[in-house]
Amino acid sequence: MTIQDMVDILKARVLLGEDKLDTPVYTACCSDLMSDVLAFVDEKTVLITGLSNPHVVRTSEMLDLKCLVFARGKVPGPDILESAAEQGLVVISTKATAFTACGLLYEAGLRGVPVPMEWNTEDA
Amino acid sequence: MDALIQNTYPVKAADYTSAGRASADIKRRLKQLGVSGDVLRRVAVASYEVELNLVIHSEGGELELAVFPDRVQLVSSDVGPGIPDLSLAMKEGWSTANDEARSLGFGAGMGLPNMKRNADDFAIESEVGKGTVITMGFRLA
Repeated sequence: MTIQDMVDILKARVLLGEDKLDTPVYTACCSDLMSDVLAFVDEKTVLITGLSNPHVVRTSEMLDLKCLVFARGKVPGPDILESAAEQGLVVISTKATAFTACGLLYEAGLRGVPVPMEWNTEDA
Repeated sequence: MDALIQNTYPVKAADYTSAGRASADIKRRLKQLGVSGDVLRRVAVASYEVELNLVIHSEGGELELAVFPDRVQLVSSDVGPGIPDLSLAMKEGWSTANDEARSLGFGAGMGLPNMKRNADDFAIESEVGKGTVITMGFRLA
């Protein structure tokens, strides 16, 4: 799907990147823990989050993410949007909760960033 | 071998607002040099993690970038407090981060293991009361 499809599915508001809505997306991740995002995401993907501080944008910058989705109608402050604009990020906001947003996108065919699902023997 | 770029970034303890600026600059400089793709992303992630660690855990320090024709080197050094148990600190999920760091989305205990995973070479030395030095190397293809 494209970011435009995500906007339609989530009935989202486009806060930044109106000109990049035709960008294709294949995977997404959802987390409020930037530590986890930094540790597990290794592709240019979409981040769905309920956290709206400058480190969400900083994390996106380090990982070259394509699109940030703020759940529960959050709209980040102008300073955060300004730094997102500098890196050319698409930023959208949806009224849906993070859980519902993920469910709707999954139902429409978007899949999670691949991470190992098997337990290591040392985890036991 | 002479470095193509050498730069030192002072990092203040508990300065959560500025945290990440050094790493953003490092990423920009490497990009300008033509470093891209997987290596650029790995340096950026490791650099951001180590910079956050300086802000969250140290009493202040610096991050030094050196770019050679065949590799990138990042050295983080701080003035304390030092890590009492390195093997525990290297364990995923172990964290001593405070509430402020956690409220920003950090302190999940992934920082050091994630640096090690992203760097081609990783070394950490720490002494309680003196400080911690982390050296990371990244091969340029």
